[in-house]
Order: sequence, then C-alpha cells, then structure tokens
Amino acid sequence: MQEYFLLFIAAIFVNNIVLAQYLGNCPFIGTSKETSVAIGMGGAVVFVAVMAAAITWLVQEYLLAPLGLGFLQTLAFILVIASLVQFVEMFLKKMVPPLYKSLGIFLPLITTNCAVMGIALICQRNEFGFVKAVAFATASGLGFMLALVVLAGIREKLEIRRVPRAMRGTPVGLVMAGLMSLAFFAFKGMI
Amino acid sequence: MITTSALTLFGLGLGASTVLAVASKLLFVKEDPRIAKVEDLLPGANCGGCGFPGCSGCAAAIVAGKAAAGACVVADLESMAAIASIMGQEIEEREPEIAFRDCTGGARAEERFAYKGVMDCQAAHMLHGGSKICPEGCLGLGTCVSVCPFDAIHMGPEGLPVVNPNECRACGKCADACPRGVISVVSMSSRLLHLNETTDCLAPCRQKCPGQINIPRYIEQVKAGDFEGAVNTIRERNPLLIACGRVCPRPCETACRRSHVDAPVGINMLKRFVADREMHSGSHLSIPCAKDTGRRIAVIGGGPAGLSCAYFLRRLGHNPTIFDAMPALGGQLRYGIPEYRLPKSDLDWEIQGILDLGIDVRLKSKFGKDYDIDSLKADGYEAVFLGIGAWQASGMYAEGEDLAGVWGGIEFLTAHALGQKIDVGRKVIVVGGGNTAIDCARTCVRLGAEVTMLYRRTRTEMPANPEEITGAEEEGVTFTFLAAPTRVRGDENDRATHLEYKMMELGEPDDSGRRRPVPVEGSETLMEADLIIAAIGQKPDLTCLYDENAETCPVETTRWQTIVADPDTFQTIVPGVFTAGDVYTGPDLVISAVGDGRKAARSIHYYLQQDGKIPVPELVQRELIPYTLFSEIDGVSRKERAHMPHLCHGDDRNRTFNEVEGALSESEARTEADRCLRCGLTCYDRDVRKEPGAAQNLRE
Repeated sequence: MQEYFLLFIAAIFVNNIVLAQYLGNCPFIGTSKETSVAIGMGGAVVFVAVMAAAITWLVQEYLLAPLGLGFLQTLAFILVIASLVQFVEMFLKKMVPPLYKSLGIFLPLITTNCAVMGIALICQRNEFGFVKAVAFATASGLGFMLALVVLAGIREKLEIRRVPRAMRGTPVGLVMAGLMSLAFFAFKGMI
Repeated sequence: MITTSALTLFGLGLGASTVLAVASKLLFVKEDPRIAKVEDLLPGANCGGCGFPGCSGCAAAIVAGKAAAGACVVADLESMAAIASIMGQEIEEREPEIAFRDCTGGARAEERFAYKGVMDCQAAHMLHGGSKICPEGCLGLGTCVSVCPFDAIHMGPEGLPVVNPNECRACGKCADACPRGVISVVSMSSRLLHLNETTDCLAPCRQKCPGQINIPRYIEQVKAGDFEGAVNTIRERNPLLIACGRVCPRPCETACRRSHVDAPVGINMLKRFVADREMHSGSHLSIPCAKDTGRRIAVIGGGPAGLSCAYFLRRLGHNPTIFDAMPALGGQLRYGIPEYRLPKSDLDWEIQGILDLGIDVRLKSKFGKDYDIDSLKADGYEAVFLGIGAWQASGMYAEGEDLAGVWGGIEFLTAHALGQKIDVGRKVIVVGGGNTAIDCARTCVRLGAEVTMLYRRTRTEMPANPEEITGAEEEGVTFTFLAAPTRVRGDENDRATHLEYKMMELGEPDDSGRRRPVPVEGSETLMEADLIIAAIGQKPDLTCLYDENAETCPVETTRWQTIVADPDTFQTIVPGVFTAGDVYTGPDLVISAVGDGRKAARSIHYYLQQDGKIPVPELVQRELIPYTLFSEIDGVSRKERAHMPHLCHGDDRNRTFNEVEGALSESEARTEADRCLRCGLTCYDRDVRKEPGAAQNLRE
C-alpha cells in the first residue's frame, strides 16, 4: 500500500510530468486560460493516459518483447496511441455524448501529445507491472491536471492585472509556468 | 529481423486502421451536414479573425447560430452569400475596414539608442520603449509585416509599413502585434468618430486646427497630384472646404514649423485650390455614408455648426433634418460674410453637396415659435442639436446709440445679404477692429461711401486677419486708432449725424494679453457720419429658448448668453440635447463651429447607439503637445511662399461685390505643397541629412 502511496506522491508532485519533466508543454500553455477548460483538458489527459498506458503495456508485453523488437517501441506506441485516441473519440461521441461534450474538443489535441506518450514510455523504462503502470498513469495524469488548473487560476487573475503590453498572453504564461516549476522543485528529495 | 519489424508495424497499422474503419461505421454519429458544407466555403486560413479557433470552429459556430453567416473576415462576398443561403439567412453587410498606419516618421525619425540584434518591435519596445526619440512612432522593425497572414503589409522605402488595400482583410493581427499602436484597423465610421489623441501622429498644424483636419495628409496628396484624395481627406473633418478655403483665418498656419525657417506653408491656399478644382469640375465627388440606421435627429440652425453636425450624422448613417429660421441655409456664412469674400453661388454649391447626401431641410421655421424641444421629441426626433449661432450685436454703451442710422455690425451685414436697400449716405463710421467690422467697412466702400474705422487700440492689436486690414486699406478705408465712441449726436428727426469719441492711450496688459486702452481726459472729438455701424461683438440670442412668460429656460446658460454643455461631449444638461458653434463658444471661427459640430455628431451617434453613454478617450488632445513645439528648425532651406492672386482690381473691386481673392494654379499649388515638411510629432523632412550622432557610431 505504502508503495502505491509513494508512487502517487512521486508522480504528482516530485516528478510532475509537466513541471519537472517538461512534457506536454503545448496544451499546458494552450488550454490554461480558463479554469473550466483546464479541468476538462486535465480530465481528458487522465483518461487517455490511463488507456494508453494500459494498451501500450499490452503491446510491449505480448508483441514487441516476445519478438525482440524493443527498438520499435516509440514507433509502435505512437501508432497505437494515435489510433486509440481516434477510437476513443468516436466511441465517446456515440456511446457517452455528455462525456464527449466535456472532453471531446480536447481529444484531438492529445492525439500526439508527448505527455501521454511520455507516461507510456516511463512505465516501460521503469519496468512496471500492469496494475502499477495504470496507477502511475493515473497519478501522472492527475499531476498534469493539477499543474494545468493552478496555472489557469493564476492566468485568470493575470487577465485583470496590468501586464506590459508585450508580455501579455503567452509570454507571461510561460514566466508563470517557470515560477511554478521552480516551486515544484522544492519537492525534490522528499522521497 | 527487418522482415519481422516491417511485418509487425504493418500488422499494427492494419489492425488499427481496421478497428477505426469498423468503428467509424458502427459508431457513426449523424452530424449536421451543413457544418461540412460551410467549412468547405470558408477559406481555411485559420487566421482567427472571426474569434473562433480556426475555420472548422467558425463553421460549427455559424451552423449552431452562434455566429453570423458573414463572420469570416477573409471570405469574399460570394462565398459569404453562399454560406448565408445554406443557413437560410441574409448577410448583413459590414462596413469595409482596412489597416491604417498613422505615423510618418520611418527612417527619418531620430534614434535615441542603437540596438544590436533586436529584430522585433515588441522586443525593442520592452527595452526602454524602443530606440526612437518619438514616444509614439513606428519602430520600423516590421513585426506587423511578419504577423500579417495575407502578406498585405511590406516595409516601404521610407522605413514604414505600407498596407496593400487590395490584400488587407482587416483581421487585426498587425494592430495587436504593434507595441506602439501605430497600426489600427479602421472603418470609415471609426475614422469620422475619432478625436485627436495625444498618442496619434499629430503634426503641430493638426493639433492646432479646431477641426482636426489631417493637414499633412492632404498636403501630401496635393503634392502627389491626387487632388480628389485631398478633397476626401478634408471632407473627413470639414464639409465646408469651399467656405473655409476662403474665410478661414488659418490657426494651423500659426503652428507651422516652417515659420521658423521662412513663412508658414499656405495650407488654406491648398484647401481652396482643391475645393475650387472640385467645384469647377462641375460635379460633386461621391461621399460614402454608412448603412442607414433610420434614426432621426433634429438639427436646429443651418450654419457651419449645424451643417457640419448634420453632415457627419448623415455619413454615420443617421437621418438628420435641418431647421432654419432664415430663407436659405448657411447661417453666418451667408448672412455675415460679404459676397466679395465668399460668393453665394459657391456657398450654394457646397451646401447642395451636403444636402444631396439625404438631409431634409425645413427653412423659415423658427425655434421656440414653430416648434420646441418637446414638440420635436414628440415628432420622433431622438436627439436635438442646437446650433443657433450668435446673431445679436453688442452695443457700444454710448449715449444715443438707439438713434436712427446706427446699426449693429451683424445686423447690417444680414440686412445687406438679404438684399435690403440700405442708404449708407456719404460718410460711414465703423466702430470695432474685428473681421465683422472690416466686412462692414468694405461692404460700405462698395456701396459708395467714404469709410472711417474707429478702433480703441492700435493696428497691431486688431483681431481681424492682417490681409483683411490690408485689403480695407487698399480699398480706401481710413483708420482712426486709439479712439472710443462716447456719444452719438442726432438731428431734430432723431437721426444720427455725428459721433463723438475720446482718444485713448495704451496702459497695462489685460487678461487677453493686449494692452488695456485708457481714456485721455478732455480729448473728445466730433466726427460727421451719415451711418454708424457698431461692430463691437456678437452674442447669442437666447430668447427663443424661453417660454413667453417663463423666467427660466430648459438648458443652462452663462452670463455671456451662451449655452452650457460638457466640453467633451457637447451634451447640455438636458439628456439628448446637444449644442456647438457660436451659441456654445460665443463668436468664434467657422472651423471651430465645424469641428465642434462633428464632435457633437459623434456624441449624438454614441448617445443613440449606446443608450446615452458617450465615451471620451482618456488621452484626448486638448492643448498643443509641448514636446512637439520647437523653437528652431535645422537642416531646412528657404523656399518662397506662394501669393494668392487677386481676381479684380480698381473700380471693379471697389464698386462691385465680385470675389477679390483667387486660387492658385495647379503648378503653384504643387510647389506650395512641396514646401511642407511632412511633420509628425517630432520628425520632419530635412533637406540636409543630420550629422550622424553618437548613436550612429555605436552601430558600427
């Protein structure tokens, strides 16, 4: 139990996928202008990351490893994840329209998202078992969501502040992301 | 190994595509087919000008009814009409907009620092506001060029961005990217509504002109031979260019930087030249108006202020009606300015051009008698503009001034303009030193009298235009300076025969900066006169605002009998009632009335469109901007100023009311326009390049 607890803490705070590992920067800046959008995007990332980690784990375990094709890992994962996201989009559209309405517009953004890809690859690099891989993906996704929602909160406040004209929008967003990243470095060495 | 890898990837791909293919069949959701159709019609530029994330987002929004069929800023009219037909809507025509650069600095603008390696305006602006001395001008690094998605902007030879009007789609990217606000996306209406702001590129003449005409622009158009363009530029601020081209005392020329070198540019000569050229072409240039709003406004008074207000309201799409008590429009232009300065036929031509835009006129209907504010509102007029002018002559405060043969200046000119026969007799005395006094004197000369002007100060203090004073002298008017009337003596029939006056000497300067005249005791002198005209001053006649028996009137007034209004919005204390012109300022220039008429029209426009809220820009320019006023100009060589030709001489001039001043010829006008230094806030054209300073060396 303690092992999973530590895994969660490590994935959310210490090795935060975006603030410590710098993955998924594009949607991190792009969708952090409003808290409601950030929550939707965070949810979509958690959902897709878990699915992707599970399915890539299966691909690695039962296809690539037995054939000795470990070097095709990245290529195969891209293909699998992209198709998976497309499939999930269609599936949600048909079967769970309410969920599609809230996550739908973010799914294409995640098709080739490096955060999702990174989570799947980290699972393999650390040789996690299936359950642990899924747990890690959940935690990392939540970490992404946390960073996104916090940044969105800050940027909403910045909207009504006086920011030098040339710094408005993305530039000041990046500065904020950098400061948040520094703050998260304080968790280093906790575990 | 290779075979296995290839097969594995192929297999994975095949598997994935099979799953997706099956899924797309099984999980097919019926979507509104119109979205795909609309998206096909959209240009696919994904510029974001519509405010939606890309063209597919825009298509979805159009179909969902969240955006109008014409939301796309890029699509041409044809495809917009096609989209509208898919949606079963009609497209609402938008007023065309275009990116507009308001800076003339460019490469000639002086540099403060030299930066190495800064290639972007926004980055340069972060470093102490950029390298230029001018705090508002273009930095010239071309950020607008690089952000334009349609390649509509390029850097011109002068180091300024040039907008290609055929390519510009008014997406606004350049305006967002410019850290200086040099480029803006504007429609005709927003240009008409714009008030000078201290961040605009305002040459001193442009700051000084009460009508805020873009003077450097029209001079440059004259220089380039684009005379119609110059007329259109002037008409964005002043519909009365024929009248102003003849009578304006040219405040702008007093601010001209060239006066530090030789003499100011003959700005008004150029205005008169292009205005006359249009008139002699025989047809009015077409004046664009915004889409009809159907809102009705009553404009009371058809003088310069009323005509200007009605003209701008019409161009903004509203429906003004001008009410005037006189038998013809023009106000003081017609009844205060004599024929030899502004021929009535020219004035008629100009006024007709304004009325042809679609303005209704009710002549000979007097405010306060035939109608009042309440009856106008009941008739469906949503706002009222009061531009009734200043038609009451001030008295001399001299004993006997109510005798027969004593006239007020404006009273005399109006009677003459109305065609009344006035017996001026042999000797006429005109009291006063302003333009009205000179107009009276020169009119009397033409009616065959010997005219003496009495003024209580000296020639240098006379408020009249210097060339008017010279003109009067040339026509034989004699002047008695330092003399003030004390008494009018009459005969047994109570008819004035003599004017008694006292000599004056100049004392300490008063509030206006002119030395105050002090009477010399015992210096009373008698002067013979058949007619005495007191052209001392004018004030508004506000009796029409009062009910027959009431003591108060609906609007607030001052002790100078002018109406009180907000100095920025021109709204009186009665909401929806606006004012401008002489009735607000007291007697003032034609161009002031025209300028304020436009500002009142702007306020009325916002008042009608925004539920009574009238925005006033924070940085609105009220006074001359100090750092733009130079005491000397270097690097400019002398060029002689043009002279206005005279159209008539001798008896033809002194005995008839033929127009005296003529217009420049085309080549003279272009030579005169070439004297312009094309000033901006701080920059101007030098003939000699300035010695490269320290900043230049740094760049090496």
